[in-house]
Amino acid sequence: MAETTKFKPAGNLSWLVSTLYIVFLLLPIYWLINMSFKENAEITGAFSLWPQNPTLRNYSVIFTDPSWYNGYINSIIYVVLNTIISVLAALPAAYAFSRYRFLGDKHLFFWLLTNRMAPPAVFALPFFQLYSAFGLIDTHIAVALAHCLFNVPLAVWILEGFMSGVPKEIDETAYIDGYSFPRFFVKIFMPLIASGIGVAAFFCFMFSWVELLLARTLTTTAAKPISAIMTRTVSAAGMDWGVLAAAGVLTIVPGALVIYFVRNYIAKGFALGRV
Amino acid sequence: MQKTWNNKAWFLVLPVLVLVAFSAVIPLMTVVNYSVQDTFGNNEFFWAGTDWFEEILHSARFWEALQRNLFFSFIILALQIPLGIFIALNMPKSGIGVPVCLVLMALPLLIPWNVVGTIWQVFGRVDIGLLGYTLRALGVDYNYVRDPVDAWITIIVMDVWHWTSLVVLLCYAGLVSIPDAYYQAAKIDGASRWSVFRYIQLPKMKRVLLIAVLLRFMDSFMIYTEPFVVTGGGPGNSTTFLSIDLVKMAVGQFDLGPAAAMSIIYFLIILLLSWVFYTVMTSSDANG
Repeated sequence: MAETTKFKPAGNLSWLVSTLYIVFLLLPIYWLINMSFKENAEITGAFSLWPQNPTLRNYSVIFTDPSWYNGYINSIIYVVLNTIISVLAALPAAYAFSRYRFLGDKHLFFWLLTNRMAPPAVFALPFFQLYSAFGLIDTHIAVALAHCLFNVPLAVWILEGFMSGVPKEIDETAYIDGYSFPRFFVKIFMPLIASGIGVAAFFCFMFSWVELLLARTLTTTAAKPISAIMTRTVSAAGMDWGVLAAAGVLTIVPGALVIYFVRNYIAKGFALGRV
Repeated sequence: MQKTWNNKAWFLVLPVLVLVAFSAVIPLMTVVNYSVQDTFGNNEFFWAGTDWFEEILHSARFWEALQRNLFFSFIILALQIPLGIFIALNMPKSGIGVPVCLVLMALPLLIPWNVVGTIWQVFGRVDIGLLGYTLRALGVDYNYVRDPVDAWITIIVMDVWHWTSLVVLLCYAGLVSIPDAYYQAAKIDGASRWSVFRYIQLPKMKRVLLIAVLLRFMDSFMIYTEPFVVTGGGPGNSTTFLSIDLVKMAVGQFDLGPAAAMSIIYFLIILLLSWVFYTVMTSSDANG
């Protein structure tokens, strides 16, 4: 897909469409960034398109108060845990779906997909009780496991798409050459679908990072994610808009960094490897 | 690809099975359990049969929330799919513009959902938000906190802002996979731009479009966080979707029985609709 394939742009004004769309996307984000550099008095008092007295106070509040910056650490811990668990479990399963037919394979695949379709709201309460029973409430692993609900099916789906693009002759040649399955899988097959693994990891990261409902339900203090800490501030009396905006801006940063690394595969990844 | 029949493949699927059983099957059983029982607290449960299901199916509140959900999903699909195709067709085809567009367009997708809500909550406020303030200055009577129509428009624009890029990226992936030869052939035949779109680009995008419709339908149908942050389901109940209602019932009022029954009905609706989508998708796979 990365070959020099081109398609005709629809007209000479095509750049205008992309530009307008990107401006539409960036305006609300700009407004948040703008607010994060203002003092509260300026935010509520005067309307201005850019900070009149730029201040870093809002950011320093977050970086010096453990109850704030621990939220970021908690989020990153469970997101990374979830990404590792999801991709490791999905790899062999995706291989099985892409290479073999077995009893009930289609039903199983559909059943996995239904979990991606399950509304988190349905699972919030039972999850709380299940993890309470195991004494896992307020731990990072609880959130990581809960997010497997939608990330494992997604990872299987994406990896299966990428794996189906690898010719089967490669597997057969390797077996003839005397490779055992685990050795073949790690030494030959995984490098071939490295971009697919990267994309799957990216999507697990993304969906775990943006999810709030389950993460908030399963944590109280020790593993509370940053997004839940933000909701607490939203409802507090005497709203601190500046800090809220700064916290919001900081939640965008990890995502922006990760996108940058997968930018060349992102389109194919969103198509779940099936183009 | 020709697949070989091998039941040992089950061993490869086992880790996923265990993981998903733990995170999906057990909780789902809990829900089923609650949906047929009643309690007066103290962990004493007794059989309630289908009472809760009847109660939910006869409650106007449920049907209204379901209607709102269906209406919302319909508008979202009707807006985002054509818009996404249109933008993808106009994206730069090569050069520095490609990565710039891809990264910037994907940005909203990676913002935590409640932050998306916060961004739009602030952006739309008439006192401190750029959008609300500008609309007010232009003389538009806009206030998403008080007016249901404004609240709906805000949520729809927010969702377009948040998710259209997904459709764009999917369509873009479909478009770049079309070999150049197709366009050359079309040029030789003197095909109009419309017929190039209709007979080359659209058929080639069919697969990714199906994925886009599927993902957008599922996610818009279970939307919770963003409208909850922006409007909290209000004004009145005008933006109370099924998820919001469900969480209110289960966590807020702790009505376990009705909440569980509603969960199951909600899940069955999604299951039914996704089965339809899945059947369509796999049959189109078979047709190439």
